Amino acid sequence: MLPGPLRLDGGGLLSPVEIGYETYGTLNADGSNAILICHALTGDQHVASPHPRTGKPGWWTRLVGEGKPIDPARHFVICSNVIGSCMGSSGPATIDPSTAEPWAMRFPVITIRDMVRAQAMLLDHLGVGQLKAVVGGSMGGMQALSWAATFPERVRACVMVASTARHSAQNIAFHEVGRQAIMADPKWRGGAYYESNDPPAAGLAVARMAAHITYLSEAGLTEKFGRRLQARPDRPDGAKSFGFDADFQVESYLRHQGLSFVDRFDANSYLYITRALDYFDLAEEHGGLLANAFRRTATRFCIVSFDTDWLYPTSESRAVVQALNAAGAAASFVELSSPYGHDAFLLEAPEMNRVIDGFLRAEP
Amino acid sequence: MSEALRPDLAIIARHVARGSRVLDVGCGDGQLMAALREEAGVDARGLEIDAANVASAVARGLAVVQGDADVDLAGYPDKGFDYAILSQTLQTARAPDQVLDHLLRIGHRAFVSFPNFAHWRVRLSLLWGGRMPVTGLLPEQWYDTPNIHHVTIDDFRAFVRQRRITVEGSWFLSRGRPTSAAAANFRAEHAVFLLRR
Repeated sequence: MLPGPLRLDGGGLLSPVEIGYETYGTLNADGSNAILICHALTGDQHVASPHPRTGKPGWWTRLVGEGKPIDPARHFVICSNVIGSCMGSSGPATIDPSTAEPWAMRFPVITIRDMVRAQAMLLDHLGVGQLKAVVGGSMGGMQALSWAATFPERVRACVMVASTARHSAQNIAFHEVGRQAIMADPKWRGGAYYESNDPPAAGLAVARMAAHITYLSEAGLTEKFGRRLQARPDRPDGAKSFGFDADFQVESYLRHQGLSFVDRFDANSYLYITRALDYFDLAEEHGGLLANAFRRTATRFCIVSFDTDWLYPTSESRAVVQALNAAGAAASFVELSSPYGHDAFLLEAPEMNRVIDGFLRAEP
Repeated sequence: MSEALRPDLAIIARHVARGSRVLDVGCGDGQLMAALREEAGVDARGLEIDAANVASAVARGLAVVQGDADVDLAGYPDKGFDYAILSQTLQTARAPDQVLDHLLRIGHRAFVSFPNFAHWRVRLSLLWGGRMPVTGLLPEQWYDTPNIHHVTIDDFRAFVRQRRITVEGSWFLSRGRPTSAAAANFRAEHAVFLLRR
């Protein structure tokens, strides 16, 4: 709990500012080994430790941990829950001190840069002046980029994986489907559902299902499910029901993804964070020219994309790289091959680890 | 030097000024960049088309961007580098003339190295064999070679003269050893030019 106030891009002030965070390893004597990890839309601070609600291992243990490119034995690793979320940081589900009730839709609309400024307040609190690196995938990559643009003197290196410098019309469109699904659920009640203990689970599940499709590749879905039918007690190889049960395995899978998501995520947080993503356009914040965001920067950049990611395709990473080149920044960029679409960055990706490890070790 | 540099790269490395800024176009896994960084304190950046090469270069701590010289040079600002280097890549470009224009726009100077298609062994192979030459220097068959714009030393000399590009230096190699400029078009397997506009 930090006193704030945090001045927001939308014009308001947030005070106090609650931030849920985890740290791993120790800050060295000269404070030069701090790495901030930024999470994605529905992620959290438990990057390398089990999720308190689901018990699942940390969401990026493939990259962070003993013997990994980001290693608590060498690095002071910080990961905080973004504001607007629901895992311990200020968001629509936390208490508005002026009313002693949950903020719900009275919580201010926030931006990616607001999330970054809140993280900067946390670093001040932790006594971390400058980051060795800020690292993130997907929405975390946007925060990493925003960090480098907003606090260039505090970031020596920036790693952006499977991400973009702005949300496209298609990105916004998918999010709008999700938001409308939540708001069309009668249990949403204009966002004031916290007292009822009966949240808009159906709407949130649909939002998650739609979004989940964008995280996978068509080839990946085809390989995993094809047109295969769901097994039934009487028909182990499945059969069409001539009804609207989950006949296809892919339907059953998506329903499961939707249902398990509602247990761990707040519907209003989903509205706020998708809004922040849709508002993200780093060039717009710098006079319409992305290169302006990086003029005279001393930060080194490492950009990684995946060839089957159609949510944030390689062309978006290339636009960032071009801007970095135009600004004369030290940039590395590679498109890696994976069958898994956007989700590839969270999965086993030895080449990504090799690239990030070399990049982080190469600090001059 | 940790690895022995290819002879044309060794020539380039010897003539790059200490502490300068270099863009290596078609940098492979970054062998030259690493040598320049370690030996001459050069701030080196690379462009490379092959993802595995890029990953190797970045993993050794080099600032390398995956991209295509035919497409991605346009995004680099004018005179952002002291040298732009194009080693063994000219003959693979779809539009080598435009790539050269970009090199001379991006760098104050440009190093260009290429295999000489008029080397006597290549000539013999075509003259007596009647087949597209497959030599140690040009090891691919006609259908799988990346070398789509074969060029000879005399072609290149005519090209830079016509375009009023200044040649500040030229080096010629036969079996990895220097050979004289005279009769280079016949005797040299490789040429390295230092250019300025």
